[in-house]
Amino acid sequence: MAEIELSARGIGKTFGAFRALADVSLDIERGEFLTLLGPSGSGKTTLLMILAGFQAPSEGRLLSAGADVTARPAEARDFGMVFQGYALFPHMSVAANIAFPLRVRRLPARDINRRVAEMVARVGLAGHADKLPAKLSGGQQQRVALARALIFAPRVLLLDEPFSALDKSLREQMQVEVKRLHEETGTTFVFVTHDQSEALALSSRIAIFDHGRLLQIGHARQVYEQPANRFVAEFLGDINLFSLTDIAAADDGIGGRCEGGEVRLRPAAPIAGGRAILAVRPEHMTLAPLPGQNALPAVVERRTYLGASTRLDLRTPGGAALTLTLATHSLAGGPDRGQTVRVFWPEDRGFLLSDGA
Amino acid sequence: MRHAAAPLLLAPLLLLLGGAYVVPFLGVMRWSVTLPVPGFGQYVRLFTDPLVLSVFLRSFRICAIVTTLSVIAAYAICCIWVRGAPALRIIAEFCILVPFWISLLTRAFGWVALLSSRGLINTWLQAAGLIDEPLPLSQNEFAVILGMTHFLIPFAVFPLASAMRAVDERVLLAARGLGARRARIFWSVFVPMTRAGLIGATMLVFVFALGFFVTPAILGGGRSIMLAELVYVRIFQSPDWGLGAAISVVLVVLVGGLLALLFRLVRPAQLVGAR
Ligand SMILES: Nc1ncnc2c1ncn2[C@@H]1O[C@H](COP(=O)(O)OP(=O)(O)OP(=O)(O)O)[C@@H](O)[C@H]1O
Ligand SMILES: [Mg+2]
Repeated sequence: MAEIELSARGIGKTFGAFRALADVSLDIERGEFLTLLGPSGSGKTTLLMILAGFQAPSEGRLLSAGADVTARPAEARDFGMVFQGYALFPHMSVAANIAFPLRVRRLPARDINRRVAEMVARVGLAGHADKLPAKLSGGQQQRVALARALIFAPRVLLLDEPFSALDKSLREQMQVEVKRLHEETGTTFVFVTHDQSEALALSSRIAIFDHGRLLQIGHARQVYEQPANRFVAEFLGDINLFSLTDIAAADDGIGGRCEGGEVRLRPAAPIAGGRAILAVRPEHMTLAPLPGQNALPAVVERRTYLGASTRLDLRTPGGAALTLTLATHSLAGGPDRGQTVRVFWPEDRGFLLSDGA
Repeated sequence: MRHAAAPLLLAPLLLLLGGAYVVPFLGVMRWSVTLPVPGFGQYVRLFTDPLVLSVFLRSFRICAIVTTLSVIAAYAICCIWVRGAPALRIIAEFCILVPFWISLLTRAFGWVALLSSRGLINTWLQAAGLIDEPLPLSQNEFAVILGMTHFLIPFAVFPLASAMRAVDERVLLAARGLGARRARIFWSVFVPMTRAGLIGATMLVFVFALGFFVTPAILGGGRSIMLAELVYVRIFQSPDWGLGAAISVVLVVLVGGLLALLFRLVRPAQLVGAR
């Protein structure tokens, strides 16, 4: 069991009559990369502000090494923070920005200069140390913010949607750098985003929020492949949902009726009531028949060229919509609009979500 | 939106400024080099006549003190107005706006009523038995500085408030998160980030202060004469138009220079609170 750096216990936050966070409990493990993921307004920033000490929770406690730190002010927590929009000091050079936390801690000038020079090089800003932030590109400003938050070796680094202002390629580049910094420093990272692919690419664990509630927390693979409910399943990427009835045990899994045909799922346990929602990720479905797989007929409604891949929007005779994303080369001459195809997926792919969710 | 006819909209203003200021000023310039005899004699007097020199020095000293006090006081008021608790904000706003509704003259006489030897303060203190002789609170430099500072504080408020409003709250939070305490954040982050407002307020107040006439005349009691009053005396009391004109020209050039410097350092919009 990993050591716990910080635990939230029943954290709630209300603004007037509005409940921004309700009963959030989670443990942040030392050295992990935890992502808080959720749609806009789900309370991610609020939780981060509470973790950082900029806001006080309306209820609940924060524990660190067994001590209650709920009331400890931000400046005494020793957490680094990277804000949305960077929040650099506009009147200070890059080097002075990065040196600020060390100056505040009254380190000797020689140590400060050495560590700042090291950090400037580490985040790839050599040659920019004397510039003002306004003279830097977005990606460079982002690096200054990261360097400034990491230079005092904080116990935890909190990042609030740090890449939301960057374009796609820069964003991917910065993701790689943040991941590298995480590995090199061994610092605990708590990262906020509403971009699910970013969350999956970066995190060791993901906590998913909606309407101020923590819906699920787990390893990236776990939340993606075994989502706790329909919201988590849909939020973490495209997913095809079918209603499954007459569920009964079969071999090491279950069988049931789906869109007029028989399908199987394993491993799985029968569900009380005999009905559920069957969820299958689009990347697990193909048009190529293989023996022993599940199959459903469907009509192609739209075909969208996406470069390396092509997306097919289909509809089953029962009226359920589904999408498939397939390698474009595998579809040369493939099905066009209006054509009926058979969609296949392995019996060990997919999962059940309770009906009515 | 730009429009070809836009300059025409400015025409009445330019005509007014030209007619009311530029043309008469050209006349003043002519006096300064023709009265009482043609030549630059009056300008030489400016820098040699001990009386004129002492007025110049006193004016600059008083203006510098007044500017410093006004800007510091305005900075404190602004911090409350822009960043204070909601109830305090309303009080601060009231304190800033009320002076604008009361004329300069009224305020100067208000100070006289408060400070003179038979004014409120001295009467109270004597009645309370704290002092025997009235304190010398008026008819001196102290009263002039007090009156001018009081008048000029609101003018310093607007450039400062505009600069403070532009400070991103997250930058201050970031400083806290990086371990800085309040005093550190104030001096190393907040004050430098409002530098443009400080420069604007300082120069604006200094320029206003240089041209002050009414307040020093009423509260100074003729003893701490300042430049504007000296010009007035030279033109209307002792017929020395040449010297009065020369002082005026020097003042205008000085103020023009300061304003030019100001607009190089700060965008004009920042001075009036527009963003
Ligand atoms: N100071 C505040 N006063 C009132 N309501 C607030 C305040 N801060 C946040 N809220 C509300 O709390 C809810 C959660 O806000 P929060 O900023 O935590 O969302 P978020 O998950 O970070 O969203 P985003 O992805 O848009 O940044 C929102 O509905 C917001 O309007
Ligand atoms: Mg947010």
